[in-house]
Amino acid sequence: MAILTDRKSTREYDVIIVGSGAGGGMMGMQLSLNGVKVLMLEAGRNYDPIKETPMFHTPDQAPLRGKGTQDRFFGHYDATVGGGWQVPGEPYGDKEGTQEEFWWWRPRMLGGRTNHWGRISLRFGQYDFKPKSRDGLGYDWPISYEDLAPYYDKTEMMIGVYGSNEGMENTPDSSPGVLLPAPKPRVGELLTKKHCKSLNIPVIPIHRAVLTQALDGPKLAAKLFPNNPKAQKLVGDDMSARMACFWATECGRGCSIRANFQSTTVLLPAALASGNLDIITDAMVREVLTDDSGKVTGVHYMDKVTRVDSIARARVVILSASTCETARILLNSKSALFPNGLANSSGQVGRNLTDSVGSSLAGHIPAMESLPPYNEDGAGGEHVYTPWWNYKKQETLGFARGYHIEIGGGRYMPSMGALGLLDTTSPGIYGKKLKDEARRYYGAVMGFAGRGEMIPNENCYCEIDPNRVDQWGIPILRFHWKWSDHEINQATHMQNTFADIIGAMGGKATPRPGREALNKPGEIIHEAGTAIMGTDPKASVVNSFGQTWDVKNLFLMDASILPSNPDKNLTLTVLALAWRSAEYLLDEMKKGTV
Amino acid sequence: MNPSPLSRRDIFKLVAAASAAGALAPVGAEPPKPLTRHFKNTLSDPDYAHPSIPWDKPLDATELATLAVLVDLILPADETSPAASAIGVHEFLNEWVGAPYPENRADYETIRGGVAWINTHAWKHHGKAFKEIAPEEQTAILDSICDPAKALPELSHGARFFQKLRMLTLGGYYTHPATWKSLGYIGNTPINGPYPGVPDEIIKLLGLEGLEGL
Repeated sequence: MAILTDRKSTREYDVIIVGSGAGGGMMGMQLSLNGVKVLMLEAGRNYDPIKETPMFHTPDQAPLRGKGTQDRFFGHYDATVGGGWQVPGEPYGDKEGTQEEFWWWRPRMLGGRTNHWGRISLRFGQYDFKPKSRDGLGYDWPISYEDLAPYYDKTEMMIGVYGSNEGMENTPDSSPGVLLPAPKPRVGELLTKKHCKSLNIPVIPIHRAVLTQALDGPKLAAKLFPNNPKAQKLVGDDMSARMACFWATECGRGCSIRANFQSTTVLLPAALASGNLDIITDAMVREVLTDDSGKVTGVHYMDKVTRVDSIARARVVILSASTCETARILLNSKSALFPNGLANSSGQVGRNLTDSVGSSLAGHIPAMESLPPYNEDGAGGEHVYTPWWNYKKQETLGFARGYHIEIGGGRYMPSMGALGLLDTTSPGIYGKKLKDEARRYYGAVMGFAGRGEMIPNENCYCEIDPNRVDQWGIPILRFHWKWSDHEINQATHMQNTFADIIGAMGGKATPRPGREALNKPGEIIHEAGTAIMGTDPKASVVNSFGQTWDVKNLFLMDASILPSNPDKNLTLTVLALAWRSAEYLLDEMKKGTV
Repeated sequence: MNPSPLSRRDIFKLVAAASAAGALAPVGAEPPKPLTRHFKNTLSDPDYAHPSIPWDKPLDATELATLAVLVDLILPADETSPAASAIGVHEFLNEWVGAPYPENRADYETIRGGVAWINTHAWKHHGKAFKEIAPEEQTAILDSICDPAKALPELSHGARFFQKLRMLTLGGYYTHPATWKSLGYIGNTPINGPYPGVPDEIIKLLGLEGLEGL
């Protein structure tokens, strides 16, 4: 796949997109398929998932048996390259007085986080778009579920999402025929379902962006792009070329058969095939350039390979650099017209930073000991989950909003920690008896992870550190964080619920207090909110299309613009919003208003 | 914040390797051609086609020989799976304790010191190093330290060593594909068509009938 453009290219571009992940990839695809000349700048290196994915590699071929380290947190085979919570030469800091240090995940690669994510693709529901109207907290969106529903349908059809329609409260169904069939559950998932019944906790098929069957590209593309023969051809052919999942290998490694969704396997190939997209990788954007009238004219970036300052120009600039990086670029783009940073007349850039509330608990399930072996790899991630089920009881819980439960465990490829249980179940045993113990306990652990909604608060934000720059000379971010009781109480509820489930399944687990059991801020890698959309230019940064109030030809398209951060992972919503914004931008460009 | 655990020496090694490969562009050079990779940190951006471990393995041959005996006592060969040393678990331990991360550095202290402890212990009682005493003498020593809750207080150092060694050996052993069939892991292999799900015998065994459709 020819991905990189000639760095000396002097072509004129209509649109510059900063970032190549979910938001940037989708915008790039939609615009280039409609004849717009697009230049995409990516801060990381080029990455070809077809050639670089270690699909069937085993732990013995990896350092430390593939175990996660500070350099590769999710293990040696995780698709993230050249990045993580620490990127050499690109520091970030904490502001004095912060309650906790924020962890900022940054893949430096083409396709960004879409290469390694969990592929959990849950639609936000109608409550999630109007949270303030329901409980008085946080912010309402300027759009409702109905505005985004058609784009959820289109996005799900194009990227391929498995799951089912269950008609549950605030857990939207997709239109008929949109979802791919859910894979059959694994034994631990069925056992969880069985025992959750007595606790009145639902367990249903999850939605994930993995093809459980091959796509009929031409048929789907005709529906997706009714008036665009070129898009029908390019996207249709490319969709048909993706393979269905073959029930092996972890999705987090990436997918060289393109069964799961990554920007690099689904969005960028068709966009590049249009001939209208150029990509420059290793391009670290430092600021957006404006003219005297306050319009955006292009971006100033550092060519990381040569360390040479460079400029790219276009009629429109779209920042899709990720929630915090987008805020950083805006705050660093200061000028006489924009002394507080670009598009920041509201003062909201960098504010309202949220991450998912995360907490987990695992337990040994005696019923799963010594089971006859069968292949449990499945779709490389969850087949079932628990959506938030306590909307009716919300007022009695001591916290607002809710969480979903991700359910995992069983006979996955053995890792260094796979038999950690033997330390407590089988102390003192060695020799052939130890092998019997290993066979008995392998796969007899189930884990439950909560992913919950955090409400924006004034203590959680990022800002430019006045004293420090990174190795490219770009002022760095520093973070400030403080959990509210909503998140702490929610995490306590998670812990108690998980212990109840494990107990009902016949195991034992000790719940921890919420404050102690909370994951680090940033650790769930679902940051959002640093440049929220709204209806009031004084209180928000962009309109519902990601167009900044202050600068008509500057758009933002990543999770920075989300006014709420529901328990439902963000990527599907970022993709759907990007599709909607691309249509709006095309229209505006035709009308000549940007 | 997690500072990089790499030592200066490690960093010099990485930079030297990258320079030797011509991966660093000289100042003022032409912009690189498409698809050229730039400087790579082999820890955060590994090359899967050419696996490498960018740190030293600190244990010497005598220590490794002792560990080979120990890992085989912990996980010996049987009808369905090999002895731990046959698939290099002792070599893996050497790689493990050399890694530049806090957990591994702590384990280095435990494992290297533990090997010396068990040799001294064998020498005191039998006049020879651990690997040279009779198998029943070896297991007698292990029996006295294998359970930290039951070991005599004066053997607590040995018990702590054995506990760590046992878990690292289990990890190194069962992450090797040669052991998977025996353990009961049969994945990492492609299947055509829909995912087959749980076999009927397990459904019946656990009373999961009627849940499969969810």
